[in-house]
Amino acid sequence: MSLDLDMAEIHAIFFEESAEGVDVMESGLLNLTPENTDIETINNIFRAAHSMKGGAATFGFLNISSFTHGVETILDEMRSGQRDATEEVIEVLLASVDCIRDMLAASQNQTEADQGNIDSVQQKIDALLNNKAPAGIKSQPVKKPVSASSAVPSRGWKIHYAPESNIFKTGNEPKRLLRELAAMGDMSIVSSLGDDADFDSMDPESCYTSWDIELRGDIEKAAVVDVFEWVSNQSEIRIEALQKEDADVPENKLAESTEQTDAPSAQVVAAPKQAATQSAPKDSGSIRVSIDKIDMLLNLVGELVITQSMLARFGDKENAGGDAQGLRDGLLVLERHTRELQESAMQIRMLPIGASFSRFKRLVRDMSTKLGKKVELKLSGENTELDKTVLEKMSDPLVHLVRNSLDHGIEMPADRIAAGKPETGVLHLSAYHEGGNIVIKVSDDGAGLNRSKILQKAIERGIVAAGEVLSDDQINNLIFQPGFSTADQVSDLSGRGVGMDVVRRNILDLGGRIDLQSTLGQGSTLKIRLPLTLAILDGQLVRVGDQVYIFSLLSIVETVLVSKGQISKVVGTGNVYRLRDDYIPVIRLHEAFNMSSETLFSDSEEKKGELLVVVESDGKKMGLFVDELMEQQQVVIKSLEENYLPVKGLAGATILGDGNVALIIDVPGLVHSIDMRQLENAPQSSAA
Amino acid sequence: MASILAVDDSPSMRQLVSMTLRKAGHDVHSAEDGTDALSFAKEHGVDVVLTDVHMPKMDGITLTAELRRLPSYRFTPILVLTTESAQEMKMRGKDAGATGWIVKPFDAEALLRILDRVLEPKRN
Repeated sequence: MSLDLDMAEIHAIFFEESAEGVDVMESGLLNLTPENTDIETINNIFRAAHSMKGGAATFGFLNISSFTHGVETILDEMRSGQRDATEEVIEVLLASVDCIRDMLAASQNQTEADQGNIDSVQQKIDALLNNKAPAGIKSQPVKKPVSASSAVPSRGWKIHYAPESNIFKTGNEPKRLLRELAAMGDMSIVSSLGDDADFDSMDPESCYTSWDIELRGDIEKAAVVDVFEWVSNQSEIRIEALQKEDADVPENKLAESTEQTDAPSAQVVAAPKQAATQSAPKDSGSIRVSIDKIDMLLNLVGELVITQSMLARFGDKENAGGDAQGLRDGLLVLERHTRELQESAMQIRMLPIGASFSRFKRLVRDMSTKLGKKVELKLSGENTELDKTVLEKMSDPLVHLVRNSLDHGIEMPADRIAAGKPETGVLHLSAYHEGGNIVIKVSDDGAGLNRSKILQKAIERGIVAAGEVLSDDQINNLIFQPGFSTADQVSDLSGRGVGMDVVRRNILDLGGRIDLQSTLGQGSTLKIRLPLTLAILDGQLVRVGDQVYIFSLLSIVETVLVSKGQISKVVGTGNVYRLRDDYIPVIRLHEAFNMSSETLFSDSEEKKGELLVVVESDGKKMGLFVDELMEQQQVVIKSLEENYLPVKGLAGATILGDGNVALIIDVPGLVHSIDMRQLENAPQSSAA
Repeated sequence: MASILAVDDSPSMRQLVSMTLRKAGHDVHSAEDGTDALSFAKEHGVDVVLTDVHMPKMDGITLTAELRRLPSYRFTPILVLTTESAQEMKMRGKDAGATGWIVKPFDAEALLRILDRVLEPKRN
């Protein structure tokens, strides 16, 4: 880490730690109930609020610090037992957490916070504080730097300074203070020994002297006060104006005058503008990595260096042509270490999903209260790690799914009892590994999907032709169609019908898929499968003409040898192949990619058949003709958008071992486009 | 140039303090709570300790008291740098043996001036 970060970077760190602080406060508050007021929890919340207030004040976000001040005071009262953690208090504190989060985001992105909401929460805080304010709230509102305090300049000051005898032991040095005073103006000084200064019994480490100083000049009192600022507790200090009649200069009021307070409200107005000085980049973001992962990485780099030196021997002239076995061994080691290095570098981007899950505690609490439902949130697999980008992009879809479950899935308590279920519904969020994928499940024990209602709706909307027979799965999948919503009444909380298709689209974009299982009366489960990482793909290399293309290994279901006669043309759909009991659409990649067919002919001597790679995305299969299956290997995905242009049907490119570029087939995209074509042309008829 | 131990649980505050002090030519070490700071201080001598109050594990006041019990830290200046401004807290800090109390938000110049002041005896 570099020694000196600049201010913008420190601001970025502040925003990051504050975001964590807000999360700590929120999850702490969610664990707090009137019955369960764990002091350590309150302490944690308090510390988070306190650091945030301090940081905000230091970095000039005064609206945040003054707002947080009230919150901190309430928390301080709670932890000292002066205030009970009632439902009302917790509610106000949770609302404050939202305000702080909003203000932080506004300051970071230089946007406007919802001031109306903040004001109303501020009023609630004030009401709480006034209501039950214990005698003498100790701490005070936002401090201004001492130098800004409003002291009257005078012709000079008369100062009496008598430090406590142990002043030296605290590391303070009166001489230094006096010298500093002397630098301010014309000074005369009289020192006197205390009465208890008996030479024989003097302790050489104690101070027995006091000083009377006359300091002349146009000096602000604050400047003088400043000199004594932190010895004021250990000293007797009197500062009086010399001759001048501005007689309100009080005696021995150091403590007070160093702590000039400002009305918090006066600063709120100006603060958002001040925040504009920082420029935190919004999306590049930073990442917290455990030291173990870094150590692992360093360790591997070390190994790599050793391997390199081992291999370097073979580059020597003397060794040329020698020891081939040694070279092979060296290369094997190199390969292993490179792979491990790659894996552990990928690990750095992996974050546990727990943080993302725990946000739902709040959502579930708020929404179930609003809806009048009783819901218990269960979390499991919080330690499952996901690529940071995947994690971020999954956040909105997950919120949507959870809202859907709460809104449409779990029933009202009365309905649940009537259906013979426990009054409290269960919403279960879980994450785990399955094969090369990460699975995230959102399941509830609610009402489940009402398939006949869905089908009816779909027919009404013209998504499905009347009289068409659909399997349960097909009906379930209708909810992912654009413009589909079964909520009889569009509620404020979820679903305006734009939801599920967007959710599915987002997941497909990440190379994942979503499946729905539902039993009427027993609940629904949404299962999201995501690739472990976006940057590396287990690839199957195939040859089409003289080009090499890559499929994601996960998308391939099987490969079949097909003779010409087995492909039939269907009007409006294109070519289909009968794969056991299913007809699947097939396309020829060289046609899809407009490759010249001469290239192909040279390769395809009259063969027994053609290779068809059957791929699957989103539960739909399709076949793609290729000329040859080549090896499987892990490839690093390079974005086409960034390096060239987005190309339909391609997910990216990679560089092969021989230096050639190979394009990666976008299977979900192809399946989707075939799907669209069918929807446009004719109602799908995929009965067996 | 002095060797300073800055103790704060907030990374941004640690960075800010470190940056301020490093720019002034000091050698800065940081610790994220009292326990951390205490074990560092036991192993390495420092000229000044600058600590926050509210921190997990061990707070700044306890840290101050613990440091004062170590013979090598009897006279080392210990400055408390905190948002806490309650008089009662300050007195607790003083009783624990703190040399000074600086209320955040701090002014970089003021901080350096105060440091200069507490470092003076050592230089002469």
